[in-house]
Amino acid sequence: MKTMKTIKTIKTMKTMKTIKLLAVLFISSLVITSCSDDDVVEDPNVDELITTLTYTLTNGSDVVTLKYTDLDGEGGSDGTYAISGPITAGASYTGSIKLENETETPAENITLEIEEEDDEHEFFYTSTVSGLSIDKTDEDGNGNPVGLETSLTSGNAGSGSITVVLKHEPSKPNNGTSADAGGSTDIEVTFNVTVQ
Amino acid sequence: MIKQFCFCLIVCCISTTTIAQNCQYSLKGKISDFHDNTPIVGASLQIVNSNKNTITNFDGSFELKNLCKGKITLLIKHVACETKTLSFRIHKNIFKEITLEHHLEELEEVVVKSESKSESTSIEKSINKDIITNFSDKSLGDALNTISGVSSLNTGNTIVKPMIHGLHSSRLLIINNNVRMFDQEWGDEHAPNIDMNASDRIDVIKGANSLKYGSDAVGGLILVRAKKYARKDSLFGSSLLSLNSNGFGGNLNSEIIKSYKSGYYSKIQMSYRRFGDFRAADYSLTNSGLENINASFRLGYNSFEKGFEFYYSLVNNKFAILKSSHIGNVNDLVTAINSLEPRVIEDFSYSIDNPKQSIVHHLGKLLAYKRFQGVGKLTFQYDFQVNRRREFDLRRGSLKNTPVIDLRLFTNSIQSDLQVKPNDNLKLNIGILGRFQQNKPISTGSRPLIPDFDKFDAGIYTIGNYALNESTELNAGIRYDFSKIKARKWYNVTDWNETYNYDELFPEFETGIIDGVRIYTTPEYTFHNFSTGLGLLKKINDDLSLFINYGLANRVPNPSELFSDGLHHSAARIEKGLLNINKETANKFIISMERNNSNFGFVISPYFKKINGFIQLIPVGISTTIRGAFPVLEYNQIDAEIYGVDIDLNKKINNRLNYYGNISLLRGKNTSENIPLINMPAANFNNKLTYFNEEFKKLSVSITHKTVLKQNRFPDYNFYTLDPVLQQEVFVDVSSTPPTYSIFGLNISSAFNKGKLQLELNVENLFNTSYREHLNRLRYFADELGRNINFKIKINY
Repeated sequence: MKTMKTIKTIKTMKTMKTIKLLAVLFISSLVITSCSDDDVVEDPNVDELITTLTYTLTNGSDVVTLKYTDLDGEGGSDGTYAISGPITAGASYTGSIKLENETETPAENITLEIEEEDDEHEFFYTSTVSGLSIDKTDEDGNGNPVGLETSLTSGNAGSGSITVVLKHEPSKPNNGTSADAGGSTDIEVTFNVTVQ
Repeated sequence: MIKQFCFCLIVCCISTTTIAQNCQYSLKGKISDFHDNTPIVGASLQIVNSNKNTITNFDGSFELKNLCKGKITLLIKHVACETKTLSFRIHKNIFKEITLEHHLEELEEVVVKSESKSESTSIEKSINKDIITNFSDKSLGDALNTISGVSSLNTGNTIVKPMIHGLHSSRLLIINNNVRMFDQEWGDEHAPNIDMNASDRIDVIKGANSLKYGSDAVGGLILVRAKKYARKDSLFGSSLLSLNSNGFGGNLNSEIIKSYKSGYYSKIQMSYRRFGDFRAADYSLTNSGLENINASFRLGYNSFEKGFEFYYSLVNNKFAILKSSHIGNVNDLVTAINSLEPRVIEDFSYSIDNPKQSIVHHLGKLLAYKRFQGVGKLTFQYDFQVNRRREFDLRRGSLKNTPVIDLRLFTNSIQSDLQVKPNDNLKLNIGILGRFQQNKPISTGSRPLIPDFDKFDAGIYTIGNYALNESTELNAGIRYDFSKIKARKWYNVTDWNETYNYDELFPEFETGIIDGVRIYTTPEYTFHNFSTGLGLLKKINDDLSLFINYGLANRVPNPSELFSDGLHHSAARIEKGLLNINKETANKFIISMERNNSNFGFVISPYFKKINGFIQLIPVGISTTIRGAFPVLEYNQIDAEIYGVDIDLNKKINNRLNYYGNISLLRGKNTSENIPLINMPAANFNNKLTYFNEEFKKLSVSITHKTVLKQNRFPDYNFYTLDPVLQQEVFVDVSSTPPTYSIFGLNISSAFNKGKLQLELNVENLFNTSYREHLNRLRYFADELGRNINFKIKINY
């Protein structure tokens, strides 16, 4: 009986110790984790952000730029469109796309990333201006179009829109429409243009 | 040492001989050990308010003669055991088999047919180990889905969130081994991180008995329970292998338990689950596999007087998310909705590519209890949880293998409960709780959806259970909770000042720090909550009982409802929390009429919930970004009513054939706008016909059927958007619901070698029906699973 009592006392002590341990664990967690309370947390950069798309059309000295900018990304202010001037009727331009993240200094050139992964990306161009056509002139490693480089041919004077779509992981090859290509849309911007 | 043998759980069987005379009845019976059925010798039985008594003899049997018609109360005592009372209605000769269980916590109470409830007045439903085994390679939500009134909100077929009466996420408390789960449960696509295989029983409490665990069980409570082990020297375990034709994968679960006569016990359990791409009826669901590794460890000591338990569990889940569901903007969503098949259908593969979720959840618990003579039982518990959640999307360049969302939520709490029994009829619980929680977003090269925050909680409750008489019990409780949330978050200046006007509403949150277009804020909230619960149990006769529950619950808005801010890439929507969201208050009424009888039994349980300030996430407009247009969803608050009825029915057709069926009917109403409530489960019913032959290898053959009707009551949040490629407005049908579906299943199981070997064959979706479920977030993209043939082998050793 005496040994039982001793065992009992030991067990009671163990229980008390356990309870104390629990309290210590909890309190220490408060102390450890509460230190950083008043530090300002950093505003993380949005590395993937594309703030700016510039579509530059060149025909000798005739240069037209179509630019979309949304510096604060999703939410906040809406994006802005800047079109340098009209497209000349009946002319041929070479077009090139530039994508940037201008929240970084210097601005990050996202075009390079697309070039590196050109087999996983494709641009699609559509226009409502009659007689205006845009053809992709570059190819990825598999011989499928990419659309960073284009040629634009304009017809008669008129006005309408040009829509630029960039698909990530589209089906390649496809029938040339963004709907058939599927994938997820990384860019979808529509410019209102005039041909004169 | 004898006292270690006396344990008290009771099972009754009632025989059916009638005798005419009034004082000629007898009560015979046998008392045996719950675990190994050995007779318990020398237990004394006494009829209260009479001189009749007896002692069990060498084979545990007893007999009390010359009993008069009417009610008797029987006191059962065993050396150093707590005295137990049992009431019987004497109107015939009765034979009772009474098993006594060791002084392990839950098994103290007197239980009829081993169906113990968490509280006797509580309206609840349980799933037992057999069902858990049956769903061994599925999720908690799938298993609970078999209960009437319980449905689930799914993301694909592997991420399954349980829903009670149409309510889910923060409105359900999930208690795992006495620890309240905090695993970022606020998101629609965040499934509970629980390995069911580690548990023995799961209770779903639809009624009000939840105050012990929190004041915010607006929807209900899910209790995941572990098994208690007998105090004897024993080493045993089991292994379960499950293989499936759909997904070419399965689950392996093993557990081993060592228990000692001294009261010590330990258990190790591990499970591994792996599936490749699943298949719908007509096509492969590319990138839908999963890989889970789970382990748990328990070590404890139990005696009547005191005990402790240490528990640790690790859940490591990787879920692939249907590739076709990764879309860019609203036009991609339109394309997906309008096409009948998923965009990407590739050959079967085991690889888990992006998009995917990877979640690691650690849970640790240390519990100790001691009984003080003349006071009661005091329990202390400390627990901690670390939840690391990483969600991967399809990203560009160097960010390919960096998650878009990477959040670490740390929670730890300390709690204490004192249980007092001033007399046999009254039980009181008084408890306190302290909790600290911290969320830390880890750098992902993307803005965190949920910001840094700290949360403090403190709670105090008291619950009383009073047996008014032999057939009536009352339960009442009250709880107060204090919560404080402090967040640190950057906003867009335009959003802060103009879109949401926070500069005028919450100037106190501003810190004066502005960096370009971003403003740094420290929102801080304090909440005080009172909640109550009332329960009444009235036993009408031996089989029939009436339960009435009322509960008042208050839920503090979760961090997602207050702060979430950003683009959910894979969901193609921008989700915005709002700083002016306030708490949600629910009044819940539920009644249940239950007939507990294996020949013919039923449960009819109507309910009504009135929720003021119901927080919902609904589409409010379109936001245009460089990626195109996205629907913007904002949290808002409305008043809601949810009402319905759950009906369960069981009928013995003959000795071998049993029928079970249930129906769940529910309506949810947004009373502020007088429209249906979003994401409410449709009416559904289940039927099951079972043939069971105990003599022939315990052969059981069941045919199951489930029908879910089309949900015709849904709010219309459809809208039009401009497709810039086509230059025309297109209709975005996000609200319409899929048609009614019916699926069938077949289950054959058998046990060999005295139950040491169990075999089971299941066929799910027997007719390979293609269907879509309204409460699946991926219903726009693909069908539900096609036929699956499952084979299970379980070895007990």
